Amino acid sequence: MTTQAEHRMPAATSAAAAPADAHLLPSAEPIRFLDDDGGPAPGDAHGRYERPSTELLRRAYDAMVLGRRFDAQATALTKQGRLAVYPSSRGQEAGEIGAVLALRETDWLFPTYRDTMALIGRGIDPVEALTLLRGSWHCGYDPMATRTAPQCTPLATHAPHAVGVAYAARRRGEDTVALVIVGDGGTSEGDFHEALNFAAVFHAPVVFLVQNNGYAISVPLSRQTAAPSLAHKGVGYGVRSERVDGNDPLAMLAVLTEAVESARAGGGPVLVEAHTYRVEPHTNADDDSRYRDHDEVEAWKRRDPIARLEAHLRSRDELTDDDVAAAREAGEAFASRVRERLSEEATGDPADLFAHVYAEPTPQLREQAGWLAEELAR
Amino acid sequence: MTVTLGKALNAALRDAMREDDTVLMFGEDVGALGGVFRVTDGLAAEFGEDRCFDTPLAESGIVGMAVGMAMNGFRPVVEMQFDAFAYPAFEQIASHVAKMRNRTRGAVGLPMVIRVPYAGGIGGVEHHSDSSEAYYAHTPGLKVVTPATVADAYSLLREAIADPDPVVFMEAKKLYWAKDETTLPVTTERFGTAVVRRAGSDATLVAYGTAVPVALEAAASAESDGRSLEVVDLRTLVPFDDETVAASVRKTGRCVVVAEAAGFASVSAEIAARVQERCFHSLWAPVLRVTGWDVPYPPPVLEKYHLPGVDRVLDTVERLQWDDVPDPRFLAGSR
Repeated sequence: MTTQAEHRMPAATSAAAAPADAHLLPSAEPIRFLDDDGGPAPGDAHGRYERPSTELLRRAYDAMVLGRRFDAQATALTKQGRLAVYPSSRGQEAGEIGAVLALRETDWLFPTYRDTMALIGRGIDPVEALTLLRGSWHCGYDPMATRTAPQCTPLATHAPHAVGVAYAARRRGEDTVALVIVGDGGTSEGDFHEALNFAAVFHAPVVFLVQNNGYAISVPLSRQTAAPSLAHKGVGYGVRSERVDGNDPLAMLAVLTEAVESARAGGGPVLVEAHTYRVEPHTNADDDSRYRDHDEVEAWKRRDPIARLEAHLRSRDELTDDDVAAAREAGEAFASRVRERLSEEATGDPADLFAHVYAEPTPQLREQAGWLAEELAR
Repeated sequence: MTVTLGKALNAALRDAMREDDTVLMFGEDVGALGGVFRVTDGLAAEFGEDRCFDTPLAESGIVGMAVGMAMNGFRPVVEMQFDAFAYPAFEQIASHVAKMRNRTRGAVGLPMVIRVPYAGGIGGVEHHSDSSEAYYAHTPGLKVVTPATVADAYSLLREAIADPDPVVFMEAKKLYWAKDETTLPVTTERFGTAVVRRAGSDATLVAYGTAVPVALEAAASAESDGRSLEVVDLRTLVPFDDETVAASVRKTGRCVVVAEAAGFASVSAEIAARVQERCFHSLWAPVLRVTGWDVPYPPPVLEKYHLPGVDRVLDTVERLQWDDVPDPRFLAGSR
């Protein structure tokens, strides 16, 4: 039995020392290097993080410009009926590209339906990347070859998969890291919590990137959580957590790179919450005027991640007019190729219905495939 | 050698883990305790806590982590402790486990086994006795296995672990203590093969899992009344063996499906429909079913009224229009 004196003991010692969870807690304010206009953020807002290399920032700039042009093209193709639906990640480029650039080719990415830009950033063929949203199949790329899981539509259900893949790699002595992207809405799902807990208990090298863009379709963050921040959700599971200005590419690259390398080095899972904003409606089918003010959107557009990075690099003479023009041209050329390749109506082979349900079709599936073939032959 | 069904499952896991070090076993209480039914007894001791280990108490996390490990080179076997406690994992099973191969056009297969102790008859309190096989059998992409004999328990579990596709392996709790003379290892018929457990000529009893011993006992009893009943044990619900079932019913001309699960929208309903489609011109009577009532699984003192027993099977066999008299239970205006 514990005596009252023993009960008092920890309180007396902890008054002097930092609380036991201090190393897990996120910073009081989101980590940032840049102010809203791309100038240096005041004081030590970037905490213990180092500015990413200029070379990395230049790659990020090019990829973000291309990603945004691709995103706009995909939205346009939806309006033309070439895609069934497209959830835009416009305004979230720093997280989409930051995640990709923080990973090695051998690392795994677990994206959601809003992360097509990250797929493009990983170098996945755009037509393969858009297969899901075009409706010609579910996952159009090879997850094993690209180390990129299928885009996940049921929220946060891919997070435990990331834990399994990462833990499996670690069991074999590989230094692979898995990075899983979840939205703010996804943090309310049970699988998000189970994945954090499993990752912590099994010390799996997983980085959880929460793209907190303020809305789950129409529901604002205030109805999603009463926690001090979404990053705090990691702390209860023993997962080190950080919050970042998600529209500051320097901060996103710095924090995600540190998180990935920490996990790789055996430091266990890390949760990174990116404070960003969904500039576009949920999808083309959404009417956001029913739940948010135009002014709010405009305010966030003024904190544009590409403009901020551009201003930062120009201020250091690390980006010229020619560089900017070249990045935009590359985006235009990419968008044009996507447009051409998606100019035809999506089609599918009915025989594919029965393919890959099992490694070998069951007798019943063979029978049904035959019936459909007969029906089509009539 | 006399072996219980539970020990046969244990031996299957042990042998699979000895042969292939990518085979892992994890779940709740499967480590030091050896599982609440002791199916994983001794595995952690023999193979270490890296190969057989306890997890946090969260079924969706268990199955979800198994998906990731199966994507990355392992063959996980997970235990769901009890039928009704597998429901938190249902989204993982229905949306990911079952669909991964199909949605990735065959690029990602999931060689994993989800072991589900199921069904009642053991006096379990609420939420410990569900027959949940229909949920899985209704989900394309899963294989669903329901062994009823000791030899099948061993052989089908070995086949499940070796299978390239995800398998939901349903273990009838009541049969864990069933004994048989078997020498292990043993290899029985492959997935998708039903077996005639008892030959007969007057009617076919189609059964699986806990209903197989009931059907066999009913057939033995009917023999003394001059009725020769054939008993078909399905063994695997997916893949389903239409051929063996239809051949038997075409031969006997009468069919009763016996299953413990509630009958409405069930595996037994599917079997009855398939038999009717394939054997209509051979049937002397409508296909009848003996199932659990369409009620939530009852408390222990009432389960004897719920479970399909030998008497109810025999009563149903008597309603198979032997004298060309319509079944009074289903006549128009009969109720």
